Amino acid sequence: MSPLLSVRDIEKRYGAHIGCTGVSFDLWPGEVLGIVGESGSGKSTLLSCLAGHLAPDRGEVIFDTRTDGPRDTITMSEPERRMLSRTDWAFVHQHARDGLRMGVSAGGNVGERLMAVGARHYGEIRESASDWLGRVEIDEGRIDDRPSTFSGGMQQRLQIARNLVTGPRLVFMDEPTGGLDVSVQARLLDLLRGLVRDMGLSVIIVTHDLAVVRLLADRLMVMKSGRVVETGLTDQVLDDPQHAYTQLLVSSVLQV
Amino acid sequence: MLRERGHFMTETAYNFAYLDEETKRMIRRAILKGLAIPGYQVPFASREMPMPYGWGTGGVQVSAAVMTPEDRFKVIDQGADDTTNAVSIRKFFERTAGVATTTRTEEASLIQTRHRIPEAALAEGQILVYQVPIPEPLRFLEPRESETRKMHALEEYGLMHVKLYEDISRHGHIATAYAYPVRVEGRYVMDPSPIPKFDNPKLSDCPAIQLFGAGREQRIYALPPYTRAASLDFEDYPFEASKAEHPCALCGADDTYLDEVITDDAGGRMFVCSDTDYCETRQKERAA
Ligand SMILES: Nc1ncnc2c1ncn2[C@@H]1O[C@H](COP(=O)(O)OP(=O)(O)O)[C@@H](O)[C@H]1O
Ligand SMILES: [Mg+2]
Repeated sequence: MSPLLSVRDIEKRYGAHIGCTGVSFDLWPGEVLGIVGESGSGKSTLLSCLAGHLAPDRGEVIFDTRTDGPRDTITMSEPERRMLSRTDWAFVHQHARDGLRMGVSAGGNVGERLMAVGARHYGEIRESASDWLGRVEIDEGRIDDRPSTFSGGMQQRLQIARNLVTGPRLVFMDEPTGGLDVSVQARLLDLLRGLVRDMGLSVIIVTHDLAVVRLLADRLMVMKSGRVVETGLTDQVLDDPQHAYTQLLVSSVLQV
Repeated sequence: MLRERGHFMTETAYNFAYLDEETKRMIRRAILKGLAIPGYQVPFASREMPMPYGWGTGGVQVSAAVMTPEDRFKVIDQGADDTTNAVSIRKFFERTAGVATTTRTEEASLIQTRHRIPEAALAEGQILVYQVPIPEPLRFLEPRESETRKMHALEEYGLMHVKLYEDISRHGHIATAYAYPVRVEGRYVMDPSPIPKFDNPKLSDCPAIQLFGAGREQRIYALPPYTRAASLDFEDYPFEASKAEHPCALCGADDTYLDEVITDDAGGRMFVCSDTDYCETRQKERAA
């Protein structure tokens, strides 16, 4: 088996300021990788570089494409990268409004990716949309309502449905539970865990919330000041942190 | 002497067809590029015209750039030759170019139109110039120009179908009745300007040259003769050109686009051809 994603020595600077640097790792098919660290540690910068939203200053992001095998997504052409973004990749934003079309119905939001890859049968698109609303626990009767009439938790679940409808092989998530009430977070986490397991998704999830990765991630990468300071299996890292910074992170959770 | 004077005035007060030759060359280059890449929106430096935007300044500039002294010019506004807008554009070119004008579609070599395609079949050698308010068909869902340009370049047209999807989910059918988008030769998606979708089939495989000018938005696009323009749709909701439920009350045509007109204060109404030239010609033929 070869890695789904091989990241080599990624660096992104904002002027003289380091966004992230020296990041390398492999992601295996079906694996969930959590990236944790305090605010400003470079998690979002790294994720944006991996997902092609930001151009890194150096490094390689090699994705095992369906048709041509391993390809560096940083040097591939923009059309190819955009094609990946709407087929094999998915991106779940922290703020649902960044990932949804607020002026389009729930069904249209879910159906967009299908239409983007050539679906032209209204009845089938609608059926898929309806099915996916059900899978993310949104009443199918809301299919023609706009997301602006949804609660924050529903919007986030709709964003997830919209992303997963085309069966992507790699899902990027940036703080998907951030900004939600605790009980809403718990429900979303359960849902995500079920989807990841049922679909065998490969996921890179960024969060500052250790409870989220405890539940979802197989493996953890801990970031501080733009660098990876510790990696390992989730339970290992959380139960027996080696780096002083990770120890601090873990103990600060335990105190609250 | 008078002739010379007239000629002299044309030269200095304004050039033939108002625009200076350099501007016309610039517009012709945009038109040629548009004809070479059917359906692609070519940017051009729109000039101030002696009429406000929204009065067909894009169409007027395109007409001015292609007009020759030998042309016979026709202007229609929603199918009629006699609206204020149509009359003023026709007069403008009578004055600035001295071209002959006509209301007969078959006789015209150059036709400027707002919101309709004439009923009479167009022929090779004719040019139809459309006045376009908003050239970008993706605008309604994606307001960022940088992004829509990329979507055209990469043929990312899923969004167009999202709009049609929304139509069906809300109305039970594709409710878009005007400015119905077409895919040109399987490549660019194009807004045909706010013509009724009834006219869409006439866009395709047309023997005449079709030019589209948007003044405020500074875009020109084109369909060369015999270009395929397919109206977007779904397999299970195929495109249907609207069809009138009545024959025309004046000429009896049952295959034209009709306007509803109020006939008296008591709420009397009737449906008549929107293309006045076509309707009058048919009435005369029937009377003869
Ligand atoms: N667009 C930007 N311009 C300048 N600096 C930025 C920009 N985005 C992020 N940074 C800086 O880069 C560092 C990493 O930020 P970020 O990746 O957002 O961290 P995190 O997601 O872990 O909170 C921070 O110091 C932040 O201030
Ligand atoms: Mg962040």
